[in-house]
Amino acid sequence: MVMFWVSLLAISILLYVLLDGFDLGIGMLVALPNSEARRAAMLNAVLPVWDGNETWLVVTGVILWGAFPNAYATLFSAFYLPLLVMLAGLILRGVAFEFRHRAEQTRWIWDVSFIGGSFAATFIQGLTVGALVEGLPITNGEYTGGDFGWFSPFAVLCGLGLCLGYALLGACWLVKKCDGDIRATAYRLIPYLSVGLLVFLIVVFFYALAENLQVMGRWLERPYLFVFPAIGALASAVLAVSVRYRRDDLPFTMVVLIFASAFGALAISFWPYMIPFVLTIDEAAAPQSSLGFMLWEGVIVFPLMLLYTIISYTVFRGKVPSTPQIHH
Amino acid sequence: MDTTALLLSRIQFAFTISFHIIFPAFTIGLAAWLAVLEALFLKTGRPAYRIVFEFWLKIFGVAFGLGVVSGIVMAFQFGTNWSVLSKMSGPIQGPLLSYETFTAFTLEATFFGVLVYGRTRVPPWFYLFSTAMVALGTTFSAFWIMVNNSWMQVPVGYVLENGAFVPNNWTRIVFNSVVWSRFPHMLLAAYLTGAFCVAATGAWYLLRKMYHAEAHIMLRMGLFLAAVLVPAQIFFGHLNGDYIHEYQPAKFAAIEGRWHDEQPAGEVLIAIPDSTAETNWYEVKIPILGSIIGSMSLTSKEVGLTDFPPQDRPPVLIPFFTFRIMVGCGLVMLGLAWLGSYLSLKGGLERSRLLLWLIFSSFPLPFIATLTGWYTAEVGRQPWVVYGVLRTADAMTPFLTTRAATISLVVFCAVYTFIFSFGTLYIYQLLRAGPAGYLIEPPSAAVPNRPMSLASEGVAPKHTYADAGE
Repeated sequence: MVMFWVSLLAISILLYVLLDGFDLGIGMLVALPNSEARRAAMLNAVLPVWDGNETWLVVTGVILWGAFPNAYATLFSAFYLPLLVMLAGLILRGVAFEFRHRAEQTRWIWDVSFIGGSFAATFIQGLTVGALVEGLPITNGEYTGGDFGWFSPFAVLCGLGLCLGYALLGACWLVKKCDGDIRATAYRLIPYLSVGLLVFLIVVFFYALAENLQVMGRWLERPYLFVFPAIGALASAVLAVSVRYRRDDLPFTMVVLIFASAFGALAISFWPYMIPFVLTIDEAAAPQSSLGFMLWEGVIVFPLMLLYTIISYTVFRGKVPSTPQIHH
Repeated sequence: MDTTALLLSRIQFAFTISFHIIFPAFTIGLAAWLAVLEALFLKTGRPAYRIVFEFWLKIFGVAFGLGVVSGIVMAFQFGTNWSVLSKMSGPIQGPLLSYETFTAFTLEATFFGVLVYGRTRVPPWFYLFSTAMVALGTTFSAFWIMVNNSWMQVPVGYVLENGAFVPNNWTRIVFNSVVWSRFPHMLLAAYLTGAFCVAATGAWYLLRKMYHAEAHIMLRMGLFLAAVLVPAQIFFGHLNGDYIHEYQPAKFAAIEGRWHDEQPAGEVLIAIPDSTAETNWYEVKIPILGSIIGSMSLTSKEVGLTDFPPQDRPPVLIPFFTFRIMVGCGLVMLGLAWLGSYLSLKGGLERSRLLLWLIFSSFPLPFIATLTGWYTAEVGRQPWVVYGVLRTADAMTPFLTTRAATISLVVFCAVYTFIFSFGTLYIYQLLRAGPAGYLIEPPSAAVPNRPMSLASEGVAPKHTYADAGE
């Protein structure tokens, strides 16, 4: 039962990272073009789906609370200020979707909110992962680090790295959904972003190995785990080829694979810990009677949620209009 | 533990949740109404229904967006500020809120996307289905929230093990009578909020002599619905009183402003309660009515606040007044709904400018009633967060500092004020402009799954996503 909920948690986190990842990435890339028409076209690529994408963050939060309440309580209270910044960012960018085309003279306010909010939310998500890899100061199940115990240069590096990663997802989504000069610009960005991301991932991987002997041991004992980095490397190669030959549908899928393999490598490194080296999955888990009650939503409703997501992406498949008329 | 951080955390929770509830209260009812309008349009083909639908969909969009973003905060705030509560009650509240997210949020988000951006991409039956799914999603969400909050009000079906509330009877947790009087009460509150906002908008256009056909639909549908629902709401309100009387006697005494046991008990209509002197000033009281309301009896003894040790008493002033404000709003809404419906049936409503003006200015009432109702329930539950078993003061994150709590409260206040001001401005602009010109639809609209790029080429520039939301 615990394993079942670990799997659903992992699927939700991964879906969140991939789906909200590309729309947060586009949120940051919107800073690049200087014309309203291009910005509007970029937004068109995410407008009907962003809300559903963000839902997976809430799904992750409530699975954590329901199935692993100790992890939920410990992590969320430890990351008090970072989560505040992330929430403020998500709020500002979320309303900007709806507000920016209602504003006229004040549209710049919502563009700033949108770009700034996307950047802040992404940075914090990367930062929290970095802080977890580094290890939070926790004694006897209680966080003891004070208001800024999560801060470290490595965590900040991870925050910046995730910005690169989400921007890459965003650029690949634009290639898939847009035409004309937006697609062309996105293609030009992909090489820089992907090289940046790969360098960052390699740094993080070796840092985790060097800092945590436990992690190093796991990789040396089980060489078959290297299938994850191998998938990542293969996907990077296909990405390079698909960008070279302008195959619009491929880059996004390849970056999804890179993210999935990085996620898998990270999860395997710290297994069976939910909070590295402090709280194991079993220690974090809710009582059997809670997990049993949740089983039904896991078995029946979770597949429905996946179905809704598929419906949403099917209805809004294909390229979006490249040069929309802006109505005032 | 830091008592200033506790106070700030309580203020922050009250502020963020009050801000949040305004939007669901509005959109739950509106979603159901949109589904009805779309069905009516498909059945009758009358363009006015479609115009009214498109118009309210824009307003729904803004309000829904504000509800979504302020709702995400709630999913995090239990963990950030109330880690002891989330650890202890996580095994119960966590699964309940996960059911909310699983059954409601993805459903709402997906079909909301179809509603706003997909009219030309899906067949009409699927579009109607999508409106129904959004309405269903909002209702699921309200249901699980009420189950969750009812468990905090009247905790049942659990045992305390290793410092955690471990569920042992989910049937009692989900299907107890408290849930089934409180969930309809909230749902009706939401429907009434939608009904009054729609009716008020209709009255506004009639006063300004605009959009005659659409204004009539809004006014009549809103008023008729309210005329039926307000009495039902009063009935469920009474059932809520019964559960409080039975399970939360201290809260009941605070609402009633009753300091000492009385037999038979009087009903305090209005007074200024004074908790230091343990008495009421300037009291207006009807004898025996208190026993009738509390126990349906002429002779019953009703409990006073002084039966409880001071550390177990809720604050009196807030529940006492918020309850009376809620009831007052309900009675005014009842009067307006009945009088308005009567005149509307007789055909004299349009000539009665005074009544139109009153209906127009009544739109804040359901919001005030919803908020004050929640204040009565939540402040009346104090000093407990889980009634009778976990005190609010013991539920906070133990290491939360005053500095962090101050920063977060300031940030939330600033961000919410900012988005609320613009949100209200945009809703006001939409309402003011009215439903003009919402029926520009190319003939291609009926073609299922027609790609957006084709539909927008050369037909009408209105059909990009950005504009579809306009």
